[in-house]
Amino acid sequence: MSFSSALQRVGTCVRSAPRGVRVYYAVLGLWLSTTAMHIPDGYLSPATCVVMFAAMIPFWYFGLKKLREKINARSAPLVALLAAFSFIIMMFNVPLPGGTTGHAVGGALIAIILGPEVAVIAVSIALIIQAFFFGDGGILAIGANCFNMAVVLPYVSYAVYQAIAGKHPVESARRTVGAFAGGYIGLTIAAFFAGIEFGIQPLLFHTADGTPLYSPYPFSVAIPAMVIPHMLLASIVEGLVTSLVIVYLQRTNHEILMISANPAIAGEAGHTARLRIFWVVLAVLIFLTPLGLLAPGTAWGEWGSNQLTRMGLSFVPQGIKQLEGLWGAPLAGYKFTSLGNANLGYIISAAVGVIVISVLTGLLVTVLTSGRPENRHDPTDPHS
Amino acid sequence: MSKPIRTGIFEKTLADLTHALEQSLFAETISRQAGLLQALDPRVKIISILSLLLSVSLSHNLPVLLSLYGLALLLAWLSSIPLDFFIKRVWLFMPFFTGLIALPALFITPGPVFVSLPFGLAITKTGAVTVLFLLLRVSTSVSLGVLLILTTPWTALLKALSILRVPEGFLLILGMTYRYIFLLLLTAEDMFLSRRSRILGRLRPAEARRILAASAGTLLSKSLSLSSEVYLAMQARGYRGQSRTVNAFQMRSIDWAWGSGIIFIAALAVWLGR
Repeated sequence: MSFSSALQRVGTCVRSAPRGVRVYYAVLGLWLSTTAMHIPDGYLSPATCVVMFAAMIPFWYFGLKKLREKINARSAPLVALLAAFSFIIMMFNVPLPGGTTGHAVGGALIAIILGPEVAVIAVSIALIIQAFFFGDGGILAIGANCFNMAVVLPYVSYAVYQAIAGKHPVESARRTVGAFAGGYIGLTIAAFFAGIEFGIQPLLFHTADGTPLYSPYPFSVAIPAMVIPHMLLASIVEGLVTSLVIVYLQRTNHEILMISANPAIAGEAGHTARLRIFWVVLAVLIFLTPLGLLAPGTAWGEWGSNQLTRMGLSFVPQGIKQLEGLWGAPLAGYKFTSLGNANLGYIISAAVGVIVISVLTGLLVTVLTSGRPENRHDPTDPHS
Repeated sequence: MSKPIRTGIFEKTLADLTHALEQSLFAETISRQAGLLQALDPRVKIISILSLLLSVSLSHNLPVLLSLYGLALLLAWLSSIPLDFFIKRVWLFMPFFTGLIALPALFITPGPVFVSLPFGLAITKTGAVTVLFLLLRVSTSVSLGVLLILTTPWTALLKALSILRVPEGFLLILGMTYRYIFLLLLTAEDMFLSRRSRILGRLRPAEARRILAASAGTLLSKSLSLSSEVYLAMQARGYRGQSRTVNAFQMRSIDWAWGSGIIFIAALAVWLGR
C-alpha cells in the first residue's frame, strides 16, 4: 500500500471514526488544556529552546530595568509576592458551566493591575520555580513556557483590556468586559504560539527518513489542537478569573485598580493613552494572525479546492491552492517531502516573523515607555 | 460517582495546595538522606543534570536515549530514592499524558506500514519510532528534573543557580518568591478551609466561581500589602537595593570527578546519538 493511499485511508477513517473515538480525543484535549500549557522537556528541540530563551532575554532585561527605575528597591518584594500569587492562583480549581474545572495562569490579572512588564517578571519567576523546584514544565523549555505565558499572555491581555476599558472609570462595567476579553484572547493567543512551537518541530527536526524527532504533529494538527480546547475551556477560565477578580476589587478595594494609574505605588505611569493606538494595532494584528493561519488549516478535509469547485467556483485562486498544499500536505495525500521544499521557507518565515515582530514590538514599547524621567523616582522612597 | 459540584472545588483546591506543600516537604526529606547526588556540590549537580538534559534533547538514537533513562534510574538508586516511588512519580504524570497525546501520531505519521489494524488503520514505522522518541525523551527529562529536585535542598539549589550567571537581584526575588509561596499557600489553605467549614448545602457553579474570585482578589490584596510590609522590614534591616548571597560551597575532588564524569557521559551520548 502506498504511503499516500494509506494516509487517505487514515483520513477517511478519522472522518468516519466511531463518534466515541472522536469524543474521546475532544475530551482528552479539553482535559489537557485545563492543566495549562506547561511544555515539558522532550517536546521541543534544543534549537527551539535556545531561540525561545534568547527571545526572553530582552523582556527579562527591560522588565527588570523598568522595575528598578520605576519602583526602586521596592520592586523585589513586590515582584516576589506577585510571583508567589501567580504560583498559587495556578492551583485554584475554577468550576465551569457543565461541571468541569480548570486552572488559570493569572498572567492577565497581574498585567491588568500592575502592567505587563511586572507580569513578565512575576509570571516568569513563578514558571522558573515550577520547573526547578516542582518539576512542572521543562527546564530546557523554560524560555518557551515563559514566552507563551509570561510575555504573550500579559501583553495581549493588557492590550485588549486597554482597548476596551481605556480611560473609563474604575467602577465601569467596561473594565469587567475588558478583563474577560483580555484574559480570553491573551491565553488563546498564547496557546496559538505554543501550537506554532510544537508544529515547527516535525518540519525542522527529523531524521533522514522523515521520522520526527520531537513533537510529531504538523501545524495543521498542533495549532488547532492547542487553540480549540483552550478557546473552549482554559481561556474561558482565564477570562472568568480575571474579570471576576476585577469585579471583586471594584466592590472592595478600589485602590488596587488605581495602581496602574499611580506611579508611586507600582510604577505604571499614565502613559497608556499615548500608546493606546499602538496597543490596539498590535492586538488586532496578533489576533488576526491565527485566523489567517488557521483558515487554511480548517480547509483541510472540508474546504479543499475540489470542494470549492464543487461549490460552484469555476477556478481556485492560486493563493488558496498554494496554502492548501501548505497545510493539507501531510494529511491529504500529498507526498510528505513536498512540504519540505517550496513551502517550508514560507512557514518558517511566517512563524519566525511573528516571533521576531513580537520581540521587537515588546522592545520598542519598553524603550518608549522607559524614558519618562518624571516617573523614575518613587517619591515615597527616602533613598531615591 | 456521586460527588458533583457539591463543594468539590474547595476540596480539590485544598488538595492541590496541600499536594504542593507535601511535595516540597518530601523533597526536603529525601535531600537530607545520605546518597550519591546528595553528597555532590549543588553547582556540580546543576551543571551535570543540565548537560544530561541537553544530551537527552540532542540525541537522535533510541538505544542511547534508553541508556540515559537507565542512567537516571541508576542515579536515583545510588541516591537512595525509592525506585518504585521514582518510577511512579515520573511515569504517572507527564509520560502518561504524552502517551495519550502521541497516540494518534502512531497512525497519522506518514511512513511504511508497520502493523495493520482493523478499520483500515495502520501503525506506521515512522509513527512508532517518533512516539518512542517522544516518550523516552519526556520520561528521561522528567526523571532528571525530579532527581535534581529530590536531592537538593531548595536553599542550596537557589544559591547554586548563580553558577548559571543568574543575576543576584533575580536570585533574591526567586528566593523570596519561594519563601512566600509557602506563606501564601498556608493563607489560601486557611481561606478555603474556613470557607469550606461554613458551607452546608450545594453551591451553584456561579456562586462557587464568585467565592473563588473573591479569594483570589483577597489573596492579591494581601500579597500587595504584605510586599510593602516586607519592604519596610527589609529597609529597617539596612536593605539599599543590593543583595548579596553567602556562598559557602567548596568544590572537593569527588565533585570534580563526578562532574567531569557525568559531562563526559553526556558528551558521549550526544556523540553516539548523532
